[in-house]
Amino acid sequence: MTLTAVGKANQSRSNWGVLALWLLPLLFLVLFFFAPLFSVFKLAAQAAVEAEAQTGLLQRVTRPLGFTFYQAALSTLFTLIIGLPSAYIFGRYNFPGKSLLRVLTTLPFILPTVVVAAAFNALIGPRGWINLALMGVFDLTAPPLQMLNSLPAILIAHVFYNTTIVIRVVGSAWSQLDPRMEQASRVLGATPLRTLREVTLPLLRPAILAAGLLVFMFDFTSFGVILLLGGPQYATLEVEIYIQAMHMLNLPLAGLLSAVQLLCTLVLTVAYSRASLNLNVPLAPRLQGEGMSSLRSLRSWRQKLLAGVTVVLLAALLILPLAALGARSLVRLEADHGDRGEVNTGLTLDYYRELFVNRRQSLFYVPPIEAARNSLAYAGTTVLFSLTLGFLASSALAKRARINAVLDPVLMLPLGTSAVTLGLGFIVVFNRPPFDPGSLPLLIPLAHSLVALPFVVRTLLPALRSIPVSLRQAAAVLGASPWRVWWEVDLPIIARAALVSAVFAFTISLGEFGATSFLARPEYPTLPVAIYRFIGQPGALNYGQALAMSTLLMVACGLGILLIERVRLPGIREEW
Amino acid sequence: MKFNPIRTKLLATAILVSLLLAACGSKAVPPTEPTVRSEPTAASEPVELRIMTHDSFLASEALITQFEQENNAKLSFLPSGDTGAALNKAILSKSAPLADVFYGVDNTFLSRALEEQLFEPYASPLLTSIPAEFKLDPENRALPVDYGDVCINYDKAYFADNNLALPQSLDDLTNPEYRGLLVVENPATSSPGLAFLLATIAQYGPEGYLDYWQKLKDNGVVVVNDWNTAYYTNFSGSSGRGPQPMAVSYASSPPAEVVFAAAPLDDAPTASVVAPGTCFRQIEFVGILAGTPQRALAEKFVDFMLSFPFQEDMPLQMFVFPVQPDAQLPEVFVKYAQTAQQPAALDPAEISANRSAWIDAWTETVLR
Repeated sequence: MTLTAVGKANQSRSNWGVLALWLLPLLFLVLFFFAPLFSVFKLAAQAAVEAEAQTGLLQRVTRPLGFTFYQAALSTLFTLIIGLPSAYIFGRYNFPGKSLLRVLTTLPFILPTVVVAAAFNALIGPRGWINLALMGVFDLTAPPLQMLNSLPAILIAHVFYNTTIVIRVVGSAWSQLDPRMEQASRVLGATPLRTLREVTLPLLRPAILAAGLLVFMFDFTSFGVILLLGGPQYATLEVEIYIQAMHMLNLPLAGLLSAVQLLCTLVLTVAYSRASLNLNVPLAPRLQGEGMSSLRSLRSWRQKLLAGVTVVLLAALLILPLAALGARSLVRLEADHGDRGEVNTGLTLDYYRELFVNRRQSLFYVPPIEAARNSLAYAGTTVLFSLTLGFLASSALAKRARINAVLDPVLMLPLGTSAVTLGLGFIVVFNRPPFDPGSLPLLIPLAHSLVALPFVVRTLLPALRSIPVSLRQAAAVLGASPWRVWWEVDLPIIARAALVSAVFAFTISLGEFGATSFLARPEYPTLPVAIYRFIGQPGALNYGQALAMSTLLMVACGLGILLIERVRLPGIREEW
Repeated sequence: MKFNPIRTKLLATAILVSLLLAACGSKAVPPTEPTVRSEPTAASEPVELRIMTHDSFLASEALITQFEQENNAKLSFLPSGDTGAALNKAILSKSAPLADVFYGVDNTFLSRALEEQLFEPYASPLLTSIPAEFKLDPENRALPVDYGDVCINYDKAYFADNNLALPQSLDDLTNPEYRGLLVVENPATSSPGLAFLLATIAQYGPEGYLDYWQKLKDNGVVVVNDWNTAYYTNFSGSSGRGPQPMAVSYASSPPAEVVFAAAPLDDAPTASVVAPGTCFRQIEFVGILAGTPQRALAEKFVDFMLSFPFQEDMPLQMFVFPVQPDAQLPEVFVKYAQTAQQPAALDPAEISANRSAWIDAWTETVLR
């Protein structure tokens, strides 16, 4: 046998291997993504044939499309501007309170949009803390700051939501960089700026691209933020889809808009795959006992200043709204008679106490502990599903095979798909035997996994690709079985990325409301579902309970993340 | 092979975590065996009746349990989003219905539901005592259960402090003394918003309502997307204490402010403007979904919803008014809820046919 023949045989065997790895993730996508989606497209097409021609169709598509791209681009830009320096601080330095700050910066990600709207209202709304303070200090009768229902409100909320993606994805990559490369560059006489431009940034480009894509997709399909904080004059594709599907019952137009949105997602992800191809430089990851830590403590005043400014900025943008929400759940702001202008700020635990009382003997009363347990169980299952599937898919993607070029963008599609359309699809597909409406809650972790999967893959893949083939070959030559090679070489290198993706999957599941609201049954409510139930009724007690429940959600999630991060995996020797 | 303590610990942790998750998971998700619905084999086995509702559906547990015991039934409720979302789900799944009974379609969506032939007719004997104004479907496919008036709520303290008179008509709202004082919901995304738009169309006609809205816009009307924002962020009468002392909400919101007050109140902080033509009456209907295998039980449940115990339970659960005129209202309703004397009304068929066109034209006038 000639050498080339051996090579070909290996090639085809590895192609089969890649296909085997793809099997489960693809099956998952076909069953739980494509089948529901196309069933809705089919219904929409049928309805379109029966309905009369709609006027002004082009404008109905282009107007929201233009705004969708515009706000997503702006939001992504601002998120990167805030996120990259933070990723640098987190990836390179140790400072007091770092792990707490990292958990706190993750919390926005879990919050349902209605809670975020309440948080921003508590901070910058007409009766928010800032306006109250300004009115008190300058003796004003009207709130001076009017930020809600504007484009800046949308942008701030998107930065609030998504900065954690940049911090986690890029920060983790940054901490993995071998500092010796930068040291070598500096020794060879390059200025710090030149080192950043020519060594660090090129090495980080895959992570930055991945984070940028994820942030852009989230902003691109943004729905609640636009609806609740942007106000009625702004409509993205997703908002239009929601209006057309749920309020106009115009399925053909909703279907058309979803198809356009899906197409845009496809184009974006294909462009991304092209751009990220061959970007990955094997990083020669540092293993246990080798080299020195890349984490330094803050020494020069310049480092301290940079870290200080970043931390203050993060605190103002990400943590202040959370704190405002928590504070508001503890303070009574009743609209009593005759005390207009005055705010009686009595501290109270009433809202929390009331959560545990089924005052009206109502059928759908949600005990908070049960809601929390349901939420945590769904989140845990989501972590399990999405990590398993994500690991298989990214292992396949890390290998060279032609099929990857096609399947890589497909994997990202769920992130850019209308939650409304997909939710309707679940209803159409999964309500006939062998499924029945009772089995719909079983689909909740699956739906959450659909959203989490792109995050898991985008986080794991750069790490997997960074493993130099020579390391695996060396291990194999020294007699290690494939399993042992994976255990001793792959796992330590990807462990940190696996942890990051577990946190993403966990938080995505905890805060998800769209799909859950389609699938949840009253017997198994989640925390976001319970929050919506409170906030949908008038009365100070209901509003207070919604905020109290949101605060509980934040606390539960914060503890969950801390717990996940405490899991000690090999290869993680220090907190990045 | 070298023993590696870290790896062993990791493996143990992984196994532990997955066991824990499995345990959690099995607790939280419903039984996995497919609950194939079958006709009752023995008298002791309760029959399941599935009721699809909007998310605002609420009832007293005791009442539901009583119905279940008396009829040997198991009621499972399927809250399915707001009114539009729930109806949409029912329409999309009508070839394999998700439920036997659907509650919550209102008069703005009624014609659409009837066109889609979602319901089977049922002439309940309890309909006789319900006034004709509520019975909008002569074929009794959709039966009225409750109604609520969408009215402008106002902050009593603001009007008292500023010696401001209440608006007595829709026209008054365009007067300079009410400049910037009213917040309304976007009719494209909110059902009270749509109801208020319909009130203006009933008043000024499809030709005149846009001129009226132009005047409202010039007088500084504030538009937000949903009821939550309007009520909790913009309205000064709620605990949000925003800048607008008038908001489009329900006539039943003032009693809700009393029931759900954080500290006991002896008076409602808000009230409704109920002047003729300023409110729009939403009527909610129940229907038996076409093709149900549980027709007999479904009829019983519809009767139950129209009977006095349920009709008298509704006000404090869902903050709506019963359609049975002799049903007793709770005291807090009698005291604080006003009823619109001449609410605006439009033919459901006309609403259904023009809804999109009206909203689109409104959007162009008010938002662009």
